[in-house]
Amino acid sequence: MADRAPTVPLTTAPLPTVPLPAQSVSKSTSKPSSIPPASSLARFGDKIYGAVIFLASLSIFGIILWLFWQLTGASLPSIRHFGLSFVTGSEWDEVSSSYHVLPYIFGTLFSSAIALLLAVPVSIGAAIFLSELAPRWIRTPATFLIELLAAIPSVVYGLWGIFILIPFMKQFIVTPIVGSRLPHLPIIGELFKGQSAGYSMLAAGMILAIMVTPFITAVTRDILRAIPRSQREGSYALGATKWETISQVVIPYAKSGIIGAVILGLGRALGETMAVTMLIGNQPPNTPNGISLSVFQPGYTLASALANKFSEASPGLSTSALVEVGLVLFGVTIVVNGAARLLVFYTAKDVQGGK
Amino acid sequence: MHKSFTQTWKGAVLAALGLTLLGGASAQAQQINGAGATFPAPLYLKWFQEYKNATGAQVNYQAIGSGGGIKNITAHAVDFGASDAPMNAAEMAAAPGILHIPTVAGAVVVAYNVPGVGPGIHLTPAIIADIFLGKITKWNDSQITRLSPGIKFPSTSIFPVHRSDGSGTTNIFTTYLSEVSSEWGGADGPKSGKSVRWPNGLGGKGNAGVAQLIKQNEGGIGYIELSYAVTNVISYAAIRNAKGKFIYPSVNNTSDAAEGVTLPADFRKVITNTSSVTGYPITGFTFLLVYKNGTRPEVKKLLQWCLTTGQAGAAAQQYAPLPPSVKRRALAAVASMR
Repeated sequence: MADRAPTVPLTTAPLPTVPLPAQSVSKSTSKPSSIPPASSLARFGDKIYGAVIFLASLSIFGIILWLFWQLTGASLPSIRHFGLSFVTGSEWDEVSSSYHVLPYIFGTLFSSAIALLLAVPVSIGAAIFLSELAPRWIRTPATFLIELLAAIPSVVYGLWGIFILIPFMKQFIVTPIVGSRLPHLPIIGELFKGQSAGYSMLAAGMILAIMVTPFITAVTRDILRAIPRSQREGSYALGATKWETISQVVIPYAKSGIIGAVILGLGRALGETMAVTMLIGNQPPNTPNGISLSVFQPGYTLASALANKFSEASPGLSTSALVEVGLVLFGVTIVVNGAARLLVFYTAKDVQGGK
Repeated sequence: MHKSFTQTWKGAVLAALGLTLLGGASAQAQQINGAGATFPAPLYLKWFQEYKNATGAQVNYQAIGSGGGIKNITAHAVDFGASDAPMNAAEMAAAPGILHIPTVAGAVVVAYNVPGVGPGIHLTPAIIADIFLGKITKWNDSQITRLSPGIKFPSTSIFPVHRSDGSGTTNIFTTYLSEVSSEWGGADGPKSGKSVRWPNGLGGKGNAGVAQLIKQNEGGIGYIELSYAVTNVISYAAIRNAKGKFIYPSVNNTSDAAEGVTLPADFRKVITNTSSVTGYPITGFTFLLVYKNGTRPEVKKLLQWCLTTGQAGAAAQQYAPLPPSVKRRALAAVASMR
């Protein structure tokens, strides 16, 4: 570790805020004698200001608790009726009032995983290029375009998916793979089993990847731009090449911030509704537990189940079960985000430990 | 001075508030509010425009879906609800005194996209059930080909398509399948409802979503409203009815179908598998939902207009007018409202 370029301890905050290292900025200015004594009115103003921003931060907790409370309250009949089998069972049948969501949970996680697998390398690569390598005449328009991509409504992505992505996928991805030896290979073959109409986990994952790429790219780029020049200059001064500087100084320095950017993208992928509903096929795969590892099979996500079923749900257990779907999505988001935060926590510690 | 200013200000606000309330009340007296089914919405909007021209009464209709219509009328939030599927027992219990008034009938067609095959192939109820159960998987299956001798079917795989959202259309289609197939309606079958446990295939949102999936997939087959299939030029099948005749769906044989079934007193029935020789077997009424007691007289007048004058314009928009026998009974039900 000693030969590694020097790194500065990072804050654990993974948010898109600039992760400025806790440098000794405050020490030089903290001498109270240099500040003129404040009038009592100004101090009172400070207190009010403090109270207002405290309330503002408290309101976030309040809203989350309130949401959780309401969702739990409205799904109580369903929770009482199905218990844990709600999340471990596979059958959703409105005719016999039997509601279970395992295929939806799986679909949510699986489509988001495909999305991140496709989006993360592209996003981080693009961000590094824009921040470290690109000349100004590319950087400015490219940054503008990425921000534009992030602003497109999801229903537009969905329509684009139906008319462009699905036909393209069928012709250039599904048909060649189905005709090849790939589906017959052990283990990997499981991912490509079955015939496909194009509407599938893969289509949903691909559209999600396209949707989260601008988010991850924009945030990662901002984080890379915020790394002090001195870090790079120090590295070059030691004789490092551009590649060495990027891979051994810039990336480790920004690691926790980049993971934070990925979490932001993951959050969007987990909850995305419209585009996924339009492309995923809205049918659990025809297997005993409604789960298939094949990316060519159609699927269902928690969010698309809500979008499809809520408007026509009859009162009583059916509505209650759908609210519980919302509660489960809430839970899945919290668990996945929590796990990602832990990851950030440990990686940040690792960087510090390298000192 | 200060005080009098406050009082004047208060007075002004109260006066303004009073005016708004009064204005709101008088506007509401003429205005009728309804919400519900999307399937008959184009017809309803045309009807209510004509009704406004004829009587001056303003009718607001929001096409938010049958489920939304039932929820709104149950909560007394609208003057009338609209639904394609009759309300089930739980929904009826939540809204005591609700009446189902049929307005028009619609046909659900079995649409398909088979390369080189035009409209009007012949299908039997058993074949349709087996296709959606996943038991017939190729278009050149002998069970299909022998019914349409003049047509050459390719060996394309069959892709069944269904609605992913809850829908009155699904209710009509699955009620029909439950009636004609013991496996579909049996203990382990998907049975009937606005949303069922489909054994396979793909789900599309709305008539448009299903039509898109059929168009995009060679070998696709699904069920959509007749009016939707006609306006979007999608091929659909002639289906063998209970009397053994293959019927190519149209507005006329949808009305015929409505005459060939025995309706319960409250009209809560899907008119599938009609005994009429010329009737198409997969049809259903769409309903307006009103309370027997306490509904405003303006609404009653509107319903009477829909069942009489309104019927004439329905066929032009691919909705089947009520047959005379049903129309008479629907008018009697409206007359019973107080």
